[in-house]
Amino acid sequence: MQRYLLRRFVMAIITLFAVSLLIFVMSRAAGDPRHVYLDDYSTQEDWDKLTENMGLDKPYYQQYGIFIKDALSGKFGESLSEGRPSMEIILERFPATLQLGLAAFAFSVVLGVPLGILSAVKRGGPLDMIGKFVALIGQSAPVFWLGLMLMFFLSVQLEWLPPYGRQEKTSIILPGITLGWFYVAANLRLLRSAMLNVLDSEYVKLARAKGVSEKVVIWKHALRNALIPVLTFAGITLGGLVTGSLVVETVFAWPGLGQLAVKALIGVDYPLLQAVVVVFTLMYVIAAMLVDIMYAYIDPRIRYA
Amino acid sequence: MAEATGLVTATPLPIPVRIARMAWRMRRLPLIPMFILAVFLATGIFAPWIAPHNPERGDIRARNVPPVWVGDDIQVKLVVEAVAIGEGSSQISLRDAGRKTKGAVVGDEIDVLIKEGGSTKYLLGTDHLGRDMLSRTIYGAQVSLVVVAVVLFIGGGIGVTMGLLAGWYGGVVDEAVMRLVDIKLAIPTILLALVLILALGQSFMIIVVVLAIAIWPRFARNIRGEVLQLKTMDFVALAQVSGASTPRILFFHIFPGVINTLIILATLEVGLVILLESTLSFLGAGVPPPTPAWGSMVADGRDRLAVAWWISTVPGLAIMFIVMSMNIFGDWLRDVLDPRLRQLE
Repeated sequence: MQRYLLRRFVMAIITLFAVSLLIFVMSRAAGDPRHVYLDDYSTQEDWDKLTENMGLDKPYYQQYGIFIKDALSGKFGESLSEGRPSMEIILERFPATLQLGLAAFAFSVVLGVPLGILSAVKRGGPLDMIGKFVALIGQSAPVFWLGLMLMFFLSVQLEWLPPYGRQEKTSIILPGITLGWFYVAANLRLLRSAMLNVLDSEYVKLARAKGVSEKVVIWKHALRNALIPVLTFAGITLGGLVTGSLVVETVFAWPGLGQLAVKALIGVDYPLLQAVVVVFTLMYVIAAMLVDIMYAYIDPRIRYA
Repeated sequence: MAEATGLVTATPLPIPVRIARMAWRMRRLPLIPMFILAVFLATGIFAPWIAPHNPERGDIRARNVPPVWVGDDIQVKLVVEAVAIGEGSSQISLRDAGRKTKGAVVGDEIDVLIKEGGSTKYLLGTDHLGRDMLSRTIYGAQVSLVVVAVVLFIGGGIGVTMGLLAGWYGGVVDEAVMRLVDIKLAIPTILLALVLILALGQSFMIIVVVLAIAIWPRFARNIRGEVLQLKTMDFVALAQVSGASTPRILFFHIFPGVINTLIILATLEVGLVILLESTLSFLGAGVPPPTPAWGSMVADGRDRLAVAWWISTVPGLAIMFIVMSMNIFGDWLRDVLDPRLRQLE
């Protein structure tokens, strides 16, 4: 187990370094980084001074070293559009993204799990059909379009919910549903097929033969075993929600990290974009690592693979 | 012998029976998705001949025209001397009313045309620049089709090559490729794409390469697994004994064995590529405008939902139906060609 944990941890570190290297190469490939701060009207003195400040007179490997050192201490330079340290802006916006992610996660579990169980138990029934429909939409409709359609029907036409922003308490509902829908579909499908497998197994047949009531068979014998793949996926979800937020926050003007990333991208705000990408990747990698570790605890086969 | 001849010359079954048999065999064929995909393919290929209008040039006088089935928006208004503040939606001044209905007097209730309905000139309406939605959607199919084809070719090519090499050589090569796959899977795709596009510029080629980078790991992983099984087969050993070179074995003996998997993977990836491309376009990092990509068309209508819902709705529906059909078709193909791959899900 310890060897597995160590291996997993080293892998996460390597991934982060790969991302940092990628960002570094990209920021240099995009042209002279000094252009971000200076223009044709700047004096030669300014150019020289900035060259020294940014360490551009040093060889590339040293520049990369400086970049890593700054990144480790959370220094990504000042945002060009806001003139404040990038990390400060990110920390301000983090709670909104976290809230959205949790709302979507809750929605996906609350709707996906019961629907998955019921559509397996009552296979072919009306609930199964509804489940299939929900899953089909969730896997096929582009997230941004789904969000716009929900906004159109529930906010513009029916005026039930606020269409965008984060001012009102009900503001979270639309983006939460939009972001969560795909994961409702995924949870539903996973749980349904896992339940069908388990319900077909010998021990469930034995339980039934012994005269155990159907309720106990489903909730105690079957569900507990069917939940393993769902649990794993739940972890992956946490990571995937990170990127999903990019699109959903843009659609609903939700003031979180995703919207910030897109803004930084459009405004070519390099320091800010670098910081957001690093933070996002960090969240993603940590989530993936936690899932793998959790999975290894639940399912011993993984550890020895 | 006579019996055998009798079999060959047996009278053909009556036509209704044959049709019934064919229908029975095709009962699981996903006909509707296949039809949708065929339409998608045809519109994509023949876009210039099908599209009724130029997709990039609009008629500025015909902006935000609704689809053909939308009727005129008519409202009953009370004719008054002067419209009270805030009552513009229910009252109309005598002077304006006189222009619309001859002989209107104060106190009358008259029908006022608020917004004209759709016309047969633009079947799916027009967007905010007066460009024909139908033509843009048709050309959008072409854009998606080209992107999918090129991305699958490049991404699939990289993935298959990597998978073949990793599976065949094992050891360090295998380790290197698989770690690369792990790293790629650990980086959020959209984020990676956005950074690459910002750094390298926004062009068709860059987007294709970015998407290819996004999809190759899945090919590599699955093909590698197949190769690991295939290389222990006797025919591979026999080929080696008879002196076939490694490239020859890989290409002529191993590769044909993974084609089924490759086809299945490719069909399952099509939906993903379309979704990724449209997401990038929506975020403004896709195929550059004014080329009509479905994602950027949805983005065009974003701020106009209340006045012109069709601008966002139409291309979104197109994406959804294509992806849905492709997924259903891919699942079906997988079940037919290789039931073992069901474990992929």
